[in-house]
This record gives sequence, C-alpha cells and structure tokens, in this order.
Amino acid sequence: MATVEAHRVRAGRGTELALLVLALAIAIAAYALVGIGATDELPADVLGYGAGLAGLALVVHLVLRWRAPYADPVILPSVIALNGIGLAMIYRIDLAREARGGTEMFAGKQLAWSAISVVLACVVLVVLRDHRTLRRYTYTAMVVGLVLIVLPLVPGLGVTINGARIWIRALGFSLQPAELAKIALAVFFAGYLVTHRDTLALAGPKVLGLQLPRLRDLGPIVVVWAASIAVLVLQSDLGTSLLLFGLFVAMLYVATERLSWIVIGMLMFAGGVAVATATFGHVAARFHIWLHALDQDVFERSPGGSGQLVRGLFGLASGGLFGTGWGQGRPDLVPFAESDFIIASLGEELGLTGLMAILTIYLVLCQRGLRTAIGVRDGFGKLLAAGLAFVIAFQCFVVVGGITRIIPLTGLTTPFLAYGGSSLLANWIVAALLLRISDDARRPAPEPGGELLSTPAGGLPLDEDARNPVAVAGDDQPTEQLRRTSGGGRA
Amino acid sequence: MSELTVTLLRLGYLVLLWAFVLSAIGVLRRDLYGTRITTRRKPRAAAPAAGPATTPSPAPAPERGRGRRAGPTRLVVTEGPLRGTTLPLGSTAVLIGRAPSCTLVLDDDYSSSRHARVYPEGGQWLVEDMGSTNGTFLDDQKVTSAVQVRPGAQIRIGQSVLELQG
Repeated sequence: MATVEAHRVRAGRGTELALLVLALAIAIAAYALVGIGATDELPADVLGYGAGLAGLALVVHLVLRWRAPYADPVILPSVIALNGIGLAMIYRIDLAREARGGTEMFAGKQLAWSAISVVLACVVLVVLRDHRTLRRYTYTAMVVGLVLIVLPLVPGLGVTINGARIWIRALGFSLQPAELAKIALAVFFAGYLVTHRDTLALAGPKVLGLQLPRLRDLGPIVVVWAASIAVLVLQSDLGTSLLLFGLFVAMLYVATERLSWIVIGMLMFAGGVAVATATFGHVAARFHIWLHALDQDVFERSPGGSGQLVRGLFGLASGGLFGTGWGQGRPDLVPFAESDFIIASLGEELGLTGLMAILTIYLVLCQRGLRTAIGVRDGFGKLLAAGLAFVIAFQCFVVVGGITRIIPLTGLTTPFLAYGGSSLLANWIVAALLLRISDDARRPAPEPGGELLSTPAGGLPLDEDARNPVAVAGDDQPTEQLRRTSGGGRA
Repeated sequence: MSELTVTLLRLGYLVLLWAFVLSAIGVLRRDLYGTRITTRRKPRAAAPAAGPATTPSPAPAPERGRGRRAGPTRLVVTEGPLRGTTLPLGSTAVLIGRAPSCTLVLDDDYSSSRHARVYPEGGQWLVEDMGSTNGTFLDDQKVTSAVQVRPGAQIRIGQSVLELQG
C-alpha cells in the first residue's frame, strides 16, 4: 500500500537570502558594467550604490523574517533583480544623454523612488497583518480606485503630457494615479466577486454550450466597461483602459470558471475598440502605425509616426542573440528609451538571451502569484493574488507585445524596470501584497487542538449486538430504522 | 580594455542572469514534486522471518499489535469486487458484511448485512458465521461454529475470498 505524504513546508527565508545574493550580484554587476562599457572605468560610487541596494533588499528580507516568515522565497529576489536591472539601464541612458549634452538625469530619481517604494512595501507588510482585512474595504476601494482614475481630469491638478491626461502634479511631485488605482480596483473586484461569484456562475441560460449570465448580472461588467471606455475617451489613455478591463474580465473568469465571461469580455472590448478606432484619431493612428510601421511616410511623420517603434526594432535587431554588452549599444537613439522602451534598450544591450532571462523572471514572478492564489485558503485571497499576478503579466504582455509589434503600442509601464515613480511604487505594493498573501498560503495549517482519539488497529470496537452474535436475528435488515418526524413536513 | 575582456564580461553577465533564473526555477521545482509516495509494505515483508522479538524499530502505528502476538497481521481480500483490499489485524474482532457498520464492508450482493466475524482467541484467529443467508466457507467447508483459521486458508463469503496473511 502506498501513502502520499506532503513535503515538510520550509519557510524559505534561507533560500530567499541565497537568491537575494544572486539578484544583488546581477543588479550591481549591471551598474559596474554600464560604467565600464560606457566610460571605460568603474563608476566611482559603485560600492556605495551596491551597499545601498543591498541595504534595501536586506530591510525587506528582515521585515519578512519578522512579519511574514512563510512568505514565498522567490518573489523578493525577482523583484530586486528586475529593479536593479532597470536602474542600471536608466543610468546607462543617462550617461548616453550626458555625452550628447543633455542635462536631465533620471537614475538618481529612480533610485530615490526605489527607496521610497521599498519603505512603503515594508509598511504594507508590517501594518497589514492579514490580507483578509482588505475585504472590509471592498467598496471603499472601489470609490478610491474610481477617484484616482478621474483625478487627472480635475482642472489645476491634472496635467497633459504627450497627449495623455494621466498625470497629476502637486507639491512638486508628479504622479500617475491610475497605477495606484489598479491595486484599489483589484481589491474591489476580489471583494465583489467573492460575494457574487455564485450568481455570476450559475444563474442564466445555456446557449451553444456557453453558460450565459443573467442580464441583470451583467451590470458590473457594463459599469467597468463604461469606466474603461471613459478613460479612453477623456484621458486618451489606451493602456490603462485596457488594463482595467482586462483585470476585471480575468478576475471574473477566475471567480466563476465560466468561459462565457471571456467571450463576452472579448466581444465587448472588440466592440469598444472598433468604435474608438472609428471615432478617435489617436486610436486609429496607433493601429495605422502598427500595421504600416515600415512605410517611409509613416516612419518620417513626426509627431505620431512609427519612428520610435521602428528604432526600437532596429535596436533589438542590432542586439542580436547575445547583445552588444552593457554600455556598448546606442539605446538612447529611441525616444523614451528609459521608460516606455526600456525593453528595447535591454534587448539591444543584453540580446535575445538576456531579454529571455528577464521575461523568465517575470514568468516566475507571475507563477508565484498564481501559485499563491492556488495555495491560499480563502476565496478573497485567491482572487486578489490571481488579480495582482494577472496585472503584472498583462502589463508585460502589453508592453513587450507593443514593442515587438505583436499588438498595437499602448502606454503601459514595464513593471519594476521602467523609469517612473508611481509605477515603481504601485508595483512594490503589489509585490508586498503578494508576499503577505503567500505567507498565509504557505503557512502550515494550525494543529487541531486537543488530543486525537486513536483508532484501534482492528478498526473501531463493534457495537453491542455485533459482540453478541446470538442476539442478531436474521440478516439483510436495514441498519437504521427510518423515523417519521413530526412537524418537519408540509401541512 | 581588450576586446576579449569585454566579450567575456558581456557573456559572463548573461550567464549570471541565467544562473539566477535557473536557481529560482530550481526552488519552484519543489512545487511540482510537492508530495512524496512511500510504500508501507517494505518493513512488513521482513517481519515474519525476523520474528516478533527483532521487529524493525521504525514500525508505523497500525502495526503496533504485531509485537505482542506472532501470527497473521492482516486480512486480505483475494477475490471478489474488493480484491486487493487489506485490513490490518489488531486485537479486536473484524465484522464482515454489507452493512456500513461492519469493519470490512463488502460490496457483494451475495453476502449478508452481517455475514461473518473473524476474531482472536487464545493467540489464534477464528471465523464464525453470523447466520448469513448464503453461508461462510473455510477451504470449501461450510462454517457452522467458530473454526480456527490458519494463515493462507481461504474464507469464502459470497463472491469474495479472504485470507489471513503474514
């Protein structure tokens, strides 16, 4: 007879520390190699930079040891590695800009934002002892999310940069509130769906093998769809609109296991895009650039031509299989090489091999998120973890797909890599939430209290008449007499 | 800096990247093989030869009774719908039949609700028919009163055949 035994759960903090050392080596080696490649000497502050980064990583590690000892050991090293690679690439592009006489420097700001984000992630880990607390704020999260999304439309607060009104500027800081809104909305969707999943999954007619929902249950999806279309129309932000709708459809699918929601979602999105393409010039332009990127007139049109996209492709091509090496390529030829097109810059300097490694790190990160969703025991945590992991995966797909011309280019940020304070902040909070949920998922179930009764080796002792076989009359009797209960039936 | 160093640094960094990725995946591998299959039969196979005095120490809990008494340790269904089922023998009687309250519940239309009983007495195991419709047979002899069962003897109950083993 074979028995199945579960492995002893390891907390994994030691594993995490070992992986962190590797991740920090990646981050610091990248910084050093950028200096060597671009200026032929080690950056003067490489030791200080390395110590700072290691300090940040160690702080999170210690907080995890203190407050979430069973958290997943792979999430933090992956995030640190991605953040470090991003910092090195932003520094590299700063060097290139400096060489051409530019003055705007991003690496220092990004490092400051990294530090702020790490502190905030630690605060989340310390304050939020149990992710289920968030479920109490389901509808608060909805209001917060919607307010954050419309915040850039407030006159005087919102600013329009590069044609999209997605920024707010206050007290000298500029923020992209939609980045934070995605977390609030993930909390809302998880809280809402965990309550309503049964109605959404089971009620409704079945057509062609698809379990369709009832018409009145379509309400929320229509509201979210309308909100994402409103974002598209009022803020000209295709990326956020896509993310919002994609997140909701994905979480609906996770909650209900009904393929019909994906089909309905796709159809609604296709309808929305078709209308938007016909109505709004900038959406139509995106499609035109995507389909005719290599036409001479589209390439040379400025602004709104395919120059950025095609230069990014040229960069990827010149990187080839193994890349030019840190600091050896010309990623700065692409506009926004440090933010929107950082994947193209990395592809140029690290090549296909390096880019694949980075994408695999993302894959591992999302896998940990989804694994957490499988492992955690409460429905809210499952949906939240799945939603947050989906956000990271979806952003990667949209950005990398846009840069490699698989889908039209949209303005989403590459999580942890791209320059941008609000994006970094939001993604570190996502990582902190995933760590918190994974702690709950991997923590061994508490031992049942009290002493367990031991079963005797031959089975349970027999009841009275079995002990005394003479008393048993006949056989094949029902073991239990059905008794008619009074008052239970209908009159 | 020489061309060779630059190339080595460039490729070395890619190796470092993949070393991280692969070690992360190595950690994840435990998820895929999250459970371990162990066979429980091994320690038992050595037991009859070794005798009760030298019972191997890592004996799991259900086998605790064996140390006290030599003789059969389990009841095995060798034929019938439940073929392959084993039941560890302890110090209590085993009631066999179709009723859910039996120790060994047979899924056998030819057996009665409470068909037979196998119980220990004086270091031996005995079988006793409990007034079943179709009768209990020990090695093709109808069981009328309590009869001793040797290990390996076949107890036939309806379509099922049971044996006491090692």
